[in-house]
Amino acid sequence: MHELGITQEIVEIVIARAGGARIARIVLEVGKLSAVLPDAIRFCFDLCSEGTSAEGAVLEILEPPGRVRCRGCAVEFSLDRPFGRCVCGGTDLDWLGGEELSIKAMELA
Amino acid sequence: MCKDSAATAAPPVRTIHLDHPILDKNARLAERNRGWLEARRIVAFNLLSSPGSGKTTLLERTIRDLGRELSIHVIEGDQATDNDARRIEAAGAPAVQINTGAGCHLDASMVSKALQTLDPKPGSVVFVENVGNLVCPAMFDLGEAEKVLVCSVTEGEDKPLKYPHMFRACTVLLLNKIDLLPYVAFEVDRFIDNALLVNPALEVFLVSASRGDGLGGWYDRIRRLAVPDSASRWGEVESSRESPP
Ligand SMILES: [Zn+2]
Repeated sequence: MHELGITQEIVEIVIARAGGARIARIVLEVGKLSAVLPDAIRFCFDLCSEGTSAEGAVLEILEPPGRVRCRGCAVEFSLDRPFGRCVCGGTDLDWLGGEELSIKAMELA
Repeated sequence: MCKDSAATAAPPVRTIHLDHPILDKNARLAERNRGWLEARRIVAFNLLSSPGSGKTTLLERTIRDLGRELSIHVIEGDQATDNDARRIEAAGAPAVQINTGAGCHLDASMVSKALQTLDPKPGSVVFVENVGNLVCPAMFDLGEAEKVLVCSVTEGEDKPLKYPHMFRACTVLLLNKIDLLPYVAFEVDRFIDNALLVNPALEVFLVSASRGDGLGGWYDRIRRLAVPDSASRWGEVESSRESPP
């Protein structure tokens, strides 16, 4: 389960940037097409943040939807899984959104 | 999103905008590996699969067949044992084992250390045998030139749809154990259709690592990257003692 390692990474990054201040809230962006499950991050967060300045922080996870453009006919459409077929039959798709995996912001108390 | 939460609380809330990619640290280390490898014209392949697809057998065969024309080194990722590394060394290539313990994938810093230990000479080929897992390793760039996915006909034809991130992350797909096709219910065309639905750019080879079928295309792919063009080969780089990233 890579979410454990990813959550440890998140906690390390915010602690380093907070410079000792207590972290009240963390806003993440985890795209719908990324291979990361928001619920698993939530599950790991309490464990990873215990005893750190991020302990007890509210975790807000934004989930941008999957958005693609067909390379065959330039039609844009939404996807809820990381592959799909355009109305023209094309499967060669440019991913416009949904792969995000970042820490957007945090609030210090 | 920034104005509401603690509006009534006494201490002022300070919002810090980060826009920090979560896997940034690994991505930067992977780029350092990539630069280190490229400076030495070393080509690295990251081999991915589920457990039991025959990756190690494929590597043994590749080493035996290409070991005389190419300098091959292997980084073995395994959760606990060093059995695979011993098999690789018996086949004739230097190997270093990384035990990931509970970890489900290799990351760029592990590969950096392994490269330091292996110290492959300029012009070598390095195969990284990742942990057998079709989910986690897809997310971690190691600095390789190509991600190669190995599947076998004993797995289901719907593997690409169940593990789309992995099929999307790779550029080469080897369907292994085709010698078993007469004995298993596996529709090759359906599997390939599914794989190309997820990743239309995949280059697919049907192979049997144990019997040797179809390996010519795979070997040519390795040669194309390892020996791009003898005429334009770089001058001999003084094997610098600079340590890997
Ligand atoms: Zn289309």
